[in-house]
Amino acid sequence: MLQTPSQTVGPYFAYGLTPEQYLYDFKSLVGNRLVSPLEHPNAITISGKVFDGEHNVIPDAMLEIWQNDGNNQLFGRFGTGTDAENRFVFHTVKPTSVDAQAPYLTVILFMRGQLIHSYTRIYFSDESELNEKDEVLNSIPKERRNTLIAQKKSLTYEFNIYMQGENETVFFEI
Amino acid sequence: MSNIIYNLFDREVHPPYLSPEYKSTILRAPTMPLIPLKQSLSELSGPIFGDFNLGEFDNDLTKNALKNGEPLGERIVVHGKVMDENGRPIPHTLIEIWQANAAGRYIHKVDQHAAPLDPNFLGAGRCMTDKDGNYKFYTIKPGAYPWGNHPNAWRPNHIHFSLFGSNITNRLVTQMYFPGDPLLQYDPIFLGVPPKGRELLISSFDLSITEPSFALGYRFDFVLRGNNATPFENL
Repeated sequence: MLQTPSQTVGPYFAYGLTPEQYLYDFKSLVGNRLVSPLEHPNAITISGKVFDGEHNVIPDAMLEIWQNDGNNQLFGRFGTGTDAENRFVFHTVKPTSVDAQAPYLTVILFMRGQLIHSYTRIYFSDESELNEKDEVLNSIPKERRNTLIAQKKSLTYEFNIYMQGENETVFFEI
Repeated sequence: MSNIIYNLFDREVHPPYLSPEYKSTILRAPTMPLIPLKQSLSELSGPIFGDFNLGEFDNDLTKNALKNGEPLGERIVVHGKVMDENGRPIPHTLIEIWQANAAGRYIHKVDQHAAPLDPNFLGAGRCMTDKDGNYKFYTIKPGAYPWGNHPNAWRPNHIHFSLFGSNITNRLVTQMYFPGDPLLQYDPIFLGVPPKGRELLISSFDLSITEPSFALGYRFDFVLRGNNATPFENL
């Protein structure tokens, strides 16, 4: 049987997929707190922006985060339309290394102007030893690897996504 | 489990990233080739929503936002089955939907189309497939609406669907269209799908689930990416 084709999430997903974040009167099934930051001393925050080919910040993207290191299976979802700077933000815990590979989060990215979603990964700048040996990172041309590595700032990790241009983020066929 | 490999997106039926007739793709489509990735634990798993308590009327958009009456428009019931490419049903998976009201207006704050909102219609719903992969929603047939892609551009009537499937390689967001819609031939979002895939996005009128004196029935099945495991011979 043929796969059902994908279509864009469009500009109006918010009241269906992220209703509480956008203040619609409908219960959200998931949000951006994969863990409660107050209850997890090791909680981390990841935030960033999504940029289009003219370096404009995209205000109507939706990101989903999935992580599974065998211990924690965590899922979150957030749109870029509610923050004053159109950032996304997630609270989670850093996954542990599986099979000696560097820890990472999977990102599923949706937006108006994408007829099919894209997949990328978030690795962590303070895991340089594992990153350097990582099979997936090493399969990527060296000059593009950094597009997948969230930079640790004092209390948060920053991860920007570039759809096009010099720093175009690596997207995967999975 | 380690030798199960999920099929890739069939690019003969899925739309490409860049589809210039749909103008928003021009600055948002990745330009570099996708990097192939060996499927690992993360790709072979995904969120499980079985523990969520869905609201009583989450799958009935004609009832889940009532304020002072009933929503206006043509009541419909939409049902179907979620399967993999081998025809195996995918049970207990989350389906979320959102849509415009009968007048072609979304409740979303960004929608500026000069058509009325319906105080008794939100346009969002969700349900889980049952043990045989079946789902069913009651809703109002969404209206067509204009958009800014090109002069006199109108979106055909459609319902947005979001599906999870059994793992994150199965993730699908799509739109269901209605049979015989004259706007389909002009819609760059629908036409972004290669010809081989287009019919798969059009629901069929289904008299067998049409409820007498109540709601017209439409059937829309989903096929998500399957894997290399041998299908059951007796299905």
